[in-house]
Amino acid sequence: MSLIRLEQVTRTVELPDSDPLTILSGIDLEVSVGDRISVVGRSGSGKSTLLNVLGMLDSPSTGQMLFEGRPVSTFSSGQRDRIRGRDLGFIFQQFNLLQGRTALENVATPLLYATGRQFWQRDRIALEILDKVGLADRASSMPEQLSGGEQQRVAIARALVRGPRLILADEPTGALDIETGEQVMALLDEVAKESGAALVTITHDPKIAQLADTHYHLVGGVLSAVDQSVMT
Amino acid sequence: MNAFFTGIVGAFVEAAQELRIHRTRVLLSLVGVAVAVCALTVVVGAGAIAQQATVEISERFGGRPASLALQVNMADGTQPPKEMMDKAWADALDRYAISYASRNTQASQNVQFVDGVSMVQVQAVDPEFGPMRRILLDDGVWFADDDAQRLAPALVVNEVFWQRLGAPALNTNPTVTLLGADQNALGVVIGVYPTNMWDTEPAMYMLYDGYVALADTEAQANLWTEYSLWVPPEIAEELRVSLESDFSGALGEGATATVYRSDIGAQGQEDPFLAVKLVIGGIAGLVLVLGALGLVNISLVTLKQRIREIGVRRSFGATSGRIFFAVMMESVVGTIVAGAVGVVAAILIVRSPWLIEVLGQGMLTDLPPFPIEAAIIGMVAATAVGALAGLLPALVAVRVKVIDAIRF
Repeated sequence: MSLIRLEQVTRTVELPDSDPLTILSGIDLEVSVGDRISVVGRSGSGKSTLLNVLGMLDSPSTGQMLFEGRPVSTFSSGQRDRIRGRDLGFIFQQFNLLQGRTALENVATPLLYATGRQFWQRDRIALEILDKVGLADRASSMPEQLSGGEQQRVAIARALVRGPRLILADEPTGALDIETGEQVMALLDEVAKESGAALVTITHDPKIAQLADTHYHLVGGVLSAVDQSVMT
Repeated sequence: MNAFFTGIVGAFVEAAQELRIHRTRVLLSLVGVAVAVCALTVVVGAGAIAQQATVEISERFGGRPASLALQVNMADGTQPPKEMMDKAWADALDRYAISYASRNTQASQNVQFVDGVSMVQVQAVDPEFGPMRRILLDDGVWFADDDAQRLAPALVVNEVFWQRLGAPALNTNPTVTLLGADQNALGVVIGVYPTNMWDTEPAMYMLYDGYVALADTEAQANLWTEYSLWVPPEIAEELRVSLESDFSGALGEGATATVYRSDIGAQGQEDPFLAVKLVIGGIAGLVLVLGALGLVNISLVTLKQRIREIGVRRSFGATSGRIFFAVMMESVVGTIVAGAVGVVAAILIVRSPWLIEVLGQGMLTDLPPFPIEAAIIGMVAATAVGALAGLLPALVAVRVKVIDAIRF
């Protein structure tokens, strides 16, 4: 079932003293439930912009984006916010844990924007997810008391806590050493599979990209599918 | 409904978390608000006491609202014969069922102290004069109706007088000799009233009839009596006109009766303390504005450090409305707590005996309760300051671009 589809999406930005800069050009991409997709590209190739468009944090300049078959452009800002909270989970390269809050509070934060059981039982739910990523015993630790790998695991738990249908990971191992990065990616892959969520990973590391089922290259804002045999 | 309710609770939870995490910053910024609210509340509360003191002091001279003063002059400028005037006065009080009325005359009386004879200022009044003019006693009691029957006249003396007597206990019925031209009399001190700072001479109150009985013929002839009444304000004007007419008629041809309002409320102003209130309110408002500016300043500076956090929250699904409300709530929750602290501090300050003594100048009979409006004004001001101080940062927070914020 198609969750998100991009049809001929472009993204340009106006520059004050020169022609508009094209960041994404003619992107066609479909993400369905359970997909494992990787997008590899160099710095400045438009990877993060693509992820922001997929996460409804940014809007296409032209082309169309559909969420469950409905054009996202017809959604209000509040609707997009609610979809983002309910159906999407973000994992950032720099973890972006909220300072001054414990691991448990960080994981519970997205549940502050939920309703019903998810809101009222947020601490219990957050602890369960922390347990799933192996950090239940560090629930009361502050971010600065955690290693890089642990911080990213907390971030993964936070992305999964509302049970999203799509996880968007922007260079999730970019701030980790190779060994820790592989462990974190293995964990991310495992918990995403367990939850049945689609996973779109943006990375410049081919080894990380190999974990996905479908592979894309982003070069100069143009997205192209990569032959599976090339990857292996 | 459920989403709305959880949204409200969630915003409060977020605000509480923010306050906990940034407690040092919050404490520093809220000290200013607490001080401002405390100052505002103290100014309003202390203003009420000062106003009451001013009212009471003015009422001691001019009477309480509505006080009427009666003056009657004959054609030759003298007062009417005492017997005629006393009868007309008694008839008028009876006719209009006036409970609070007093004759009042000022004279001097030689008094024998242990260290010699002193001329003492005496004010001769009726028993109702005490409540009419808020006479405050440090010790003892004011005159009662049956004090007029005493053979030894009752005296209510000032503190200087009482000290000259050696500050005797009043339950020992201390006496003093009042020297007359023809005869002496023994006066009994039944009450002591406080002396103003500037008053260093002994003085006393006597009952009007007792003083007249003691005065010699010459003193009686020179007696100039004022007549005062304390009546409900709503009938004051009607009564004033009637009394003028009645007394002019009762005292015969050539008599002119003049009745006028003597209390401060009759001086033409709707609120005689309006100017004082405006000045006090202006100062309090200024203090609060300064506190609010400090809070806005700190909030804006802090917000710059929180832009990434706002972006991350938006990526979790926080709507712009929710971000706006949460940032506002941080400010409002903080200032409400600061306001409560400020109001409690203000109550402690305003009710301190030292401040009451200073503001009341030691002359307050009716200490006003802590004005509830001062506490309400303090809390409302704190909440309003919180909302206003939170508004600007909240607007800035809403305008943050999520993508830029995450990369910030």
